[in-house]
Amino acid sequence: MDYKLDFSVVFDEMPDLLLGALATLGLALAGMTLALIIGILGVAARKSRFCVLRGLVIGFVEIVRNTPFLVQIFFIFFALPMLGLRFNPTVTAIIALAVNGGAYAIEIIRGGVDNIQKGQIEAGLALGLHKAQVFRLIVLKPALRSIYPSLTSQFIMLTLTSSVCTSIAAYELTSVAQIIESDTFRSFEVYFTITIMYLIISWMMMSMFALINRHYFSYPVR
Amino acid sequence: MNIIGPNEILFLLQGLKWTILLSAIGFVGGGVFGLLVALARTSNWKSLRRTTAGYISVFQGTPLLMQLFVVYYGITLIGMEVDAWVAVTIALTLHASAYLGEIWRGAIQAVPKGQSEAANALGLHYVSRTKDIILPQALRLSLPATVGFLVQLIKGTSLAAIVGFIELARAGQIVSNQTYKPLLVFGIVGAVYFVICWPLSLYGARLENRLAAAAAR
Repeated sequence: MDYKLDFSVVFDEMPDLLLGALATLGLALAGMTLALIIGILGVAARKSRFCVLRGLVIGFVEIVRNTPFLVQIFFIFFALPMLGLRFNPTVTAIIALAVNGGAYAIEIIRGGVDNIQKGQIEAGLALGLHKAQVFRLIVLKPALRSIYPSLTSQFIMLTLTSSVCTSIAAYELTSVAQIIESDTFRSFEVYFTITIMYLIISWMMMSMFALINRHYFSYPVR
Repeated sequence: MNIIGPNEILFLLQGLKWTILLSAIGFVGGGVFGLLVALARTSNWKSLRRTTAGYISVFQGTPLLMQLFVVYYGITLIGMEVDAWVAVTIALTLHASAYLGEIWRGAIQAVPKGQSEAANALGLHYVSRTKDIILPQALRLSLPATVGFLVQLIKGTSLAAIVGFIELARAGQIVSNQTYKPLLVFGIVGAVYFVICWPLSLYGARLENRLAAAAAR
């Protein structure tokens, strides 16, 4: 078989692909923000006095971490409408990313919180800080610092996972590529190009996270 | 046809068979190549280290779904008529080799340097130094992360559904479309994945605790 690679059709569609990449970044950003919120609230609930609440969080984390993202997004998109919860593809994608990322965030943040010595919390309370202040200043910030590397690599993973949202036709880079592919039949060229676009996205995120790390967390430990 | 009968269950089980098979092949193939990647990544040869670092960074920086697409269409491009499952197997093997290579690279470097120096001083050659001294210790250190990746790989095989391969997730989708019972079907599919992955996750966590306890002593 004689097949000539032809990237010109892909470059003709570059504006569409770039918009798709922006949509992917938007999905990822929304997913990450919500995942972080779920993570923090989840850890607070995981540490609460009520064992029912703790059990619910543990169950949520284990179920989400041990089932594929694809099944989770199918469940939200196809099964929840049976219970009267109907979302459009983009909202579904954001919810799925938030839930998936949130479960991992709970585990990661909990690991960081567990590493904080009890004496520090007691010292904070003894200094007259309010409980919420102790949580924010003494528990959360040092914990965030120690978990920053795993949290950010989980976020990059979440961004890459967002490509799966094409399965419910949410608008993002992969679904744009699939439309172009079905119009042009240049499957390899299209997917090769967006693979490189994903690579650039994750490298950009990596350097941005490294920059934030240097600015925000570069206070001395001792 | 609106009920989940024996036929539907059988169809899901057929899908499950492929999920397990894909995971096993991906893990074994990824393990073999991953070992080579890890050894190249820790070798004394700079260009080899650089190349494998690039390999790992490309596979960790792109979605598994794209890797599946590119391999799938790349193979047909060179004019080979292959089954979808061969393409999926190759893609999963490459994917797993990069991740396992990186995990094992970390483990190899975590083995105290004195070990390889001592082996050197005893006159052991590279092969036996690696095979008998370094790798057994590295394997122990890497076990929790390796088990963790296996879980990730099993979940990852579900993406083969998007390229049209009928494994558990795709089988679930088909059954759901036929029976109009998405809640039940995806509930079952999710539960099956959970039953496979959860024990592995627990095992991985236990190994990690044991390692941490051993390190604290």
